[in-house]
Amino acid sequence: MVPTLMGRIQTRLFLLATVGVVVTLLIMPIVPGVTAPLGELYVTGLLVLVAVGVLGIGWELIYHFLMQFRWEKDWPTMFGLLTLVPEGLLLYFLLRSGAVGFIDPIPAAAFWTHFTVVWVSMWLVANGPMRVPFIRWRFRGGRVL
Amino acid sequence: MVASAGIPMYDIPFVSIGGGMGSFVTVDYLRVYGVPTSQMRVISNIDHPWQTYEFLTRCSQIPRGERIRSDSSSRPDNLWGFPSYALEEAWKDKNPAYLWQLFTEPLLNDYWTPRAGTVFENLEREAKRINYWDMLVKGQVRMVRRRAGGGYFTVVTPPEGAAPTKRIVFRSRFVHIAVGYPGLKFLPDLQEFRTKYSDYQHVVNAYEPHEQVYEFLKTRPGTVVIRGGGIVASRVLQRLFDDRKKFGLKTQIIHIFRTFVTGSHGPHVWSRRKGGDGWAYQGFNYPKSVWGGQLKAEMRKLEGAERAAKYKQMGGTNTPYRRHWQEQMRAGREGGYYHAVQGTVDRVERTEDGRLVSYVRSSDGIIREPVSDYIIDCTGLEADISEHRVFADLLQNSGAYRNPVGRLEVERHFEVKGTASGDGALYASGSATLGGYFPGVDTFLGLQIAAQEISDDLARRGFVRKMGPLRSTAQWFKWVFNSPV
Repeated sequence: MVPTLMGRIQTRLFLLATVGVVVTLLIMPIVPGVTAPLGELYVTGLLVLVAVGVLGIGWELIYHFLMQFRWEKDWPTMFGLLTLVPEGLLLYFLLRSGAVGFIDPIPAAAFWTHFTVVWVSMWLVANGPMRVPFIRWRFRGGRVL
Repeated sequence: MVASAGIPMYDIPFVSIGGGMGSFVTVDYLRVYGVPTSQMRVISNIDHPWQTYEFLTRCSQIPRGERIRSDSSSRPDNLWGFPSYALEEAWKDKNPAYLWQLFTEPLLNDYWTPRAGTVFENLEREAKRINYWDMLVKGQVRMVRRRAGGGYFTVVTPPEGAAPTKRIVFRSRFVHIAVGYPGLKFLPDLQEFRTKYSDYQHVVNAYEPHEQVYEFLKTRPGTVVIRGGGIVASRVLQRLFDDRKKFGLKTQIIHIFRTFVTGSHGPHVWSRRKGGDGWAYQGFNYPKSVWGGQLKAEMRKLEGAERAAKYKQMGGTNTPYRRHWQEQMRAGREGGYYHAVQGTVDRVERTEDGRLVSYVRSSDGIIREPVSDYIIDCTGLEADISEHRVFADLLQNSGAYRNPVGRLEVERHFEVKGTASGDGALYASGSATLGGYFPGVDTFLGLQIAAQEISDDLARRGFVRKMGPLRSTAQWFKWVFNSPV
């Protein structure tokens, strides 16, 4: 899928709400370094997804701008995976600094496990299986609606 | 009137004319959407949908084992594009390196592209799965005309002896035309040479069989002139370089570019394409975002002159940057057997000893007169759409007209503008529709985009059920298990 700006944002939100939620529910019971009850962990995990979505709109604007320097106006597969590094770091430091007050502090190991597994799962789905139910998605720059 | 003339008439709601890749991809979509074979016919003079494609790729030096210029997820046998060709080949060859290449393309690696053989084998599997041959009718289409009561008549000449009359007629609500390239066109100076000397052996088009060139070069040292800067030129060069190495030949190559690209080019930092050594570099026929990203979205909104300007901006002959080709050319330049020059050719003459002399004028005023044994035209010029009798008739009698780049004007859903007839519709896809709201028409993925637009339009008209996520997933599993649609 070669994205348009609207397509990027929609795909991100859609995948967070589907793949992201399912993976969070599956992974939270086994993330390392946490002592809180599972219910609280779920709340924290889902709030992290919300934060990835909200901050992501800003990130997508940046990616869209950078994409303009590419003749093909494409977004290589590798970029889709590697952007987890800056996005993860920014979110991690925001959480650590307490700037996102409504999310409880999370140990580093737990945050990175959750964040990486969710990200890789979303990236894998976006690079193939997404096309199975949604046959028009890839021809519409990633727009779901 | 038709009936009273004694011409047999068949009522078939959907007829696709052509029988090549465009027809196949379209009826494949419709079969998956739920149209039974009894409702569709493909009228064609070829036996299997990839026949012409395979002929052209083989002539232009892509036998089954070589890789074509197409994205891993552009698979005409699988409308979902998943699993992609790379996944399939990685699985079959037990070679995870393909997946690494897919992951790192186009940054650390060349684009991964499938083998021609992989494409053909899968097309055969899918054609069997959808009962393609139950829908195939052999014959030459003479014309498609609007019918007074709505829909269309398609007049066909069946093969001799196949029918009791010289013509048969199909009466249908929908017609789809996908007849491919209207024909090859030679560079004018080469056409002139061929006509003047009646020599069709030494000046050849890369899209016609020309093995004699390579065979001759094996027998004695020779010189070849290559014309054109597209992927076919790259392919032919590869063959010449490969043969040179394999058989220890002394072939000299003179490569004439009309437009000699020396580096990145384009009007703005946001629209600059890479290039060098004569070539403009681009992974696929069009910038990648025409098949679904930004360029597709932009073009869809443009009309008339604006659309033509956008086509011009992203157009121009180009070839992929492939590391292997770059090495071969570098070796050729250093070894003094590959010479790339800018120039336009005024004329080609035959020397007294039967060789060919090209009169080449460069933009810096230098005149060169290279002498060669063969000239291979790799420019891939296409003839005008009116060279095809069906299009000529449509333009003249059925209300069809030309788009801003001179081909057939179609709607966003690929209905040919001006040809509606009652509750029927006439669609076209492929090369003839270049210049429309969607640019990448003459590519695998472009044919699928057209097929999807057509199928969705037919669903709006009630001819077939709409395809939603659940049904699509169910159909995908059928594809995976190779069970009938």
